[in-house]
Parts: sequence; structure tokens; C-alpha cells
Amino acid sequence: MDMSEVPTPAQLPPEPARIPLTITSDRSWSRLRFREIWEYRELLGFLALRDIKVRYKQTVFGIAWALIQPLFTMLVFSLFFGRLAKMPSDGVPYPIFCYAALVPWSFFAGAVSHAADSMVASANLISKVYFPRIIMPLAVMLSGLVDFLVAFTLVIGLMAYYHLVPTLQIIWLPALLLLAVVTALGVGLWLSALNVQFRDVRYTLPFLVQFWLFVTPVAYPSSLLPEPWRTLYGINPMAGVVEGFRWALLGTAAPGPIIAVSALFALIFLITGLLYFQRMESIFADII
Amino acid sequence: MVATMGSLAIRVENLGKQYRLGGFSTGYSTIRETLTDAFLSPFRRLQALARGQGAIEAAENFWALRNVSFTVAHGEVVGIIGRNGAGKTTLLKVLSRVTTPTEGRAQLFGRVGSLLEVGVGFHQELTGRENVYLSGAIMGMKKKEIDRKFDEILAFSGVEDFIDTPVKRYSSGMYTRLAFSVAAHMEPEILIVDEVLAVGDMAFQEKCLGKMSDVAKAGRTVLFVSHNMSAISQLCPTSILLEDGRINFRGPSPETIGRYINLMQLTKFSQFDRRQDRRGNGVLRIKRLYLEDESGRELEVAPCGAKVRLVLEYAGADPGKTLADVAVHVLVANGATRLFSLLSNISGDLFQNLPPSGRFICSLDRLPLMPGNYDLHFLCYAGRQLADKIFFAWPLVVGDGDFFGTQRLSNNRDIHGSLLVPHTWTLDPRRRGQEDKEED
Repeated sequence: MDMSEVPTPAQLPPEPARIPLTITSDRSWSRLRFREIWEYRELLGFLALRDIKVRYKQTVFGIAWALIQPLFTMLVFSLFFGRLAKMPSDGVPYPIFCYAALVPWSFFAGAVSHAADSMVASANLISKVYFPRIIMPLAVMLSGLVDFLVAFTLVIGLMAYYHLVPTLQIIWLPALLLLAVVTALGVGLWLSALNVQFRDVRYTLPFLVQFWLFVTPVAYPSSLLPEPWRTLYGINPMAGVVEGFRWALLGTAAPGPIIAVSALFALIFLITGLLYFQRMESIFADII
Repeated sequence: MVATMGSLAIRVENLGKQYRLGGFSTGYSTIRETLTDAFLSPFRRLQALARGQGAIEAAENFWALRNVSFTVAHGEVVGIIGRNGAGKTTLLKVLSRVTTPTEGRAQLFGRVGSLLEVGVGFHQELTGRENVYLSGAIMGMKKKEIDRKFDEILAFSGVEDFIDTPVKRYSSGMYTRLAFSVAAHMEPEILIVDEVLAVGDMAFQEKCLGKMSDVAKAGRTVLFVSHNMSAISQLCPTSILLEDGRINFRGPSPETIGRYINLMQLTKFSQFDRRQDRRGNGVLRIKRLYLEDESGRELEVAPCGAKVRLVLEYAGADPGKTLADVAVHVLVANGATRLFSLLSNISGDLFQNLPPSGRFICSLDRLPLMPGNYDLHFLCYAGRQLADKIFFAWPLVVGDGDFFGTQRLSNNRDIHGSLLVPHTWTLDPRRRGQEDKEED
């Protein structure tokens, strides 16, 4: 192959862009560039694919780990909370009661942890090449969803084992999953941007995730709480997600207004997270 | 592209980038540091005011780039040169949107591709193939585009056999070649390249340089940062000289390079009198050293193969006294490697009856050096004792030229060596053996 050959005009981009790209010091809050994110969708895909491929490289169980982790948590919870503590489980067998909540929870915990580290882990990339930085935490969400799907297969298995027939409410599952993604992204954006400037985030994270698990009705039902506290519980959007999952899959009592509160707070997390991330984005390369 | 020649590709207006010293620049901070800073800074400010240092802020910030304005037309290839810390990389980072400017603005008319480092986005665990796609996407290429160029990228890199092996098993050479190949196949309208050609082995470097000049010839707009003056003068008709974050000069590359060399001289190779590493008893001191052409014009860049004179101006310590038995040695080196010496008492004889000041002149018929940068050392003996000695006294810059008069000389020192020797080739149709047989 002759490398010295000059590219023919056909290989050149069709025509120069007429609207110039303008670079200024402007850091206004209003410019959320969704269109640009769309233009970088292929990169988003490649990065998500990279995350999935790399995460389980050189492991024996591979992507099965996405299933093993919630499974063992479920077994431990079933033994201690279900058998020994006789925790109420809204009328369904405790193992499936617990696992149906652990699947969205695992997604949330994993996505938040990885997203928080996503900027710092790509420090070299961020200081050397431009792309909308939000692509990084977004890719984490996508790859987390793959883990979610793997873990979800066991929900189906457990439902069959306990002869639970899914109700029509199952059509709400995608919306509930979206609620989990919105929450994880909102929290992830906050933490990833904070982590660039304050590496304290790294040490706070395991504690934060553990704490969040305890304040989310995964091992116990939110029906333990009287109203109005149960509705206020929705301030933790994962409470709404988890209760919603049980309702949609197992036909437990409808969660009611807790979902609305959760959706509201998930949006607050997302919007404030986007704004903070956007504001910090322009100085990431300088301080990372 | 020819049609768009002359129209604007880049417009930079009063661009400035300020960095904060301390805190941020030392890396990341912890919340504790920020909190203590927040608590302590009012007291520090008060202290500073009490001491009359109102401008404590100014001391903590520095401008890596300030008041930079220039335009680049479509199809122009512009070099950016300057010393380390002059702001070259900061300028490229701002233009490629890695970092935002503090003031001013820049407009880019066309799709921008930037190459600040080779191998950006490569992941050790992924295979060569996977990395080509990932890194291509990071540099803004579309999947279709990468699909189309994949074979070409592979051929250019020369790692075909290992394309499905994780890159962590690659040698560093293979890794670099593959990484550069992806970058070399970007087809932006405006290409921004930092010093990335200094990678890989010599043959690959030449290949990269060739690819760069193809890009330049194809009518794309290129901003090219390099310390390699020979690459700059080869690729870029005009250059910008940055100094302390400002534009010092913009003009034809040979002139810009000349000014750059002058700047270097002014600082690093400044007055010999100030040199701490000077040796000798000082009965005679070299005041200045430079190259001039036949007509006596001082040369900032000496063309390869040109007739030049090396001049050393001297002055004796005692103005009333003539000196005897004087020898001058000039060593031409390339870093630690000495290439050849010009020894006045070997090629000629000792100088006698020197006036208290004057010039030693060494004439070279054809400067036998490939284009590039060299170092000059000098030693001076008077009365068979060392009178003056400075190593790395002067940076000799050799520019393009036609040593053999054939216009065929490539200027790649890394491949062909630094020294040129006058010679001729002839062809003898008979083999040695045949010659013998005929005599039998």
C-alpha cells in the first residue's frame, strides 16, 4: 500500500461547517448540550462496551458476578432477616421479596460507585482530548444496565420457583428502572464532579453506599412505617424504586404516593447534579 | 478545498488562560484543605494588607497565555514554536477544548481534530481491534469511518498479526505504531497536533512525518507544535513564536525559527561573561561566537552545505600586551556526541603576535552538517596554557540546504546521520574477477 499518496478530494469531509465553533470563557448554567451528547452517542456505546468487557476480564465467573453478588446477599438476608428475625415480607416468600429489591439496588450501588470514580479514572483522557464529559457517567449507567439484565434473569427463575405469576403491573417496570437510572445518574454526577476536586469522595463512597442500603427498604418492607412517614420515605428515591419493583413483579400492595415523592427527588438529584457537573466540567482538565 | 483557500479557518482574539498556583496546580485538594483555606484566607489577606501587599491574588495566579490573537486561513499549515512553558500546549489545549480560556475567544470554522498525545483512550485489557474503534471514537471518528479505514490503519501500523491480542501484550513500539495509525487516519478540516511525532523508532517517525506532510498537502488546516525545527521548516511555511504566553512573532518559518534561536541565545547562551562554567586563566577571553556568510552577514540559521565562516571575537586581559602561541579549538557536538573538531594549531599553526582584540575566523567551504540543532564548544590556549573554555557555548542551527548540489538530500538526521562528506559515485561495468580473467 502506498502511504505517500495524497487523499483524493472524495475522502475529505463534504463541506466545511458554516457555523464556527466558538470557544470562550463563558460558563453559563443554561447550556446543557443535549445535542452534542447525541452526536457523541457512538463514543457512549464504545465506552459502555469497554466497561463491560474490562470489568470481568481475567475473572473465572465473568459476567456471572453480576448475578452472584445479589444472590449471596439475598441468601444472607434470607437467613438472618427472614428466618431468624422473622422480618415481615408483605405476604410473599422472603427470598424473592428480598431479591426483587436487591436487583435494582445492586444496579444503583454499582452505577453510583463506578460513576463517582469515572472522571478520576479517565484523568488522562480528560486532560488530553475533548468530548462531553457527561459521556463518562452515562456510559457507566449503560454498562450497569447490562449487569442489571443478567441479575434480573434470576428474578424470573425465583418467581417460577415460588409459582408467582406476574401481573399486568409489570408494564411499569421500565418506568421504575428509569427512575433508578435517573437517581443513580443524579447522584453519580454529583459524586464524580466532587471527586475531581475532592478525593475525599473516594473514602466516603463505601460508607455512603452501605448507609444508603440501610435506609432503603431492601431487607424490610416500607409498610413497617406508618403514614405520613412512609410517603416521606420517598425522599430517598430508591425507596420508591424498590417498593415499585416489588409491586410490579410480585403484586404486593401498591406503593402509592411514595412513588411520586421519589420521582420528584430523583429529578431534583438529576437536575442539580447536571448543573453542578456542567459548572465544574470546564475546569476538570485543570484540576484533575 | 482549493476553493475555500483563503477563507478563515481559525480566528483567535485576545485569548488568555490563567492558572492558579498552589492549591489546584499541585493536584487535587481535600475538603479539609479547602476548609482550612477558607478559614485562614481572611486572616492571610488581613496580614497581607497590613504588610501593604494588596495584590496577593495576583501573586497566586499566572497567565499561561495572554492577549493571544491570530488568524489562520483554510489550508494553511502553521508551526507553533517556543521554549518550554511558553504556552504552546496551553494554546493547543484551549483550541481543542480540553480546557476553557479565562478570557478572550477563539472561533474554529470546520471540524476539529486534535492530537495532543498518541494512544489516548487505549485500554490495556482490550485487543488492538477494540482499541482502534474506542480510540477512534474518542478522537471523534464515526464507526462507519473507522470501518472504512480499518484496513488502511492496520497496514500503516504493521501489527496485523496481533490485532486481536490485548494491547497489554504489545511491545511499546507496536503499541505506539497502532496508536499513531489511528490518529493519522483522522480526517478533520482543522488538525491540531502537539509534539507527538517523537514516538516510535526512526523509520516510523519518518513515516509519521510523511503522513503529516500529506495532510498538509491535502489542503487541510494544521496547527503543529514541535521542538524539531527541521520538521517545522519542512512542514510549515509560516510559524508563530510564543514567549511567556504571548505571541512574540509570526512570519515565515525560517525567520521565526531565527528569532526563536535568538531568544534561546539571549537566555541560555547569554553573555559568556556570565557563564559560571567558564574555565581558563583568562589572559584571553572569547567575547562572542557566531557564523557569518561570505559577505560577512551574521547567520541565525546556517544552510547545510553553505560556505560559512565561524567567527570568534576575542579580547586580551591586558590591552597593552600582544599574545603569542595562541590556538583555538572549536568542537561541534550533538549533545554528548562529538562530531568533529576545528583545531587551529592542527590544520594550521599557532597564532603569533595577536593584537589585544580581534577575530579568529574559521572558513568552511561546505558546512558538512545535516539540518538540525548542534552544540558548539570552544577552547582557547595562549602560551600553551588554557586561557578560556566554555562547553555548550552556542547552539548551532543548520537549516535546509543542498550539500551535494543535487537537490536530493533528505534532511532526516535520525536515519542518515548528522555528518555529510563530499564524495562521488561511479559505475564500473566489470567485476573484479572478470578483470583478472581478461588479464590471464
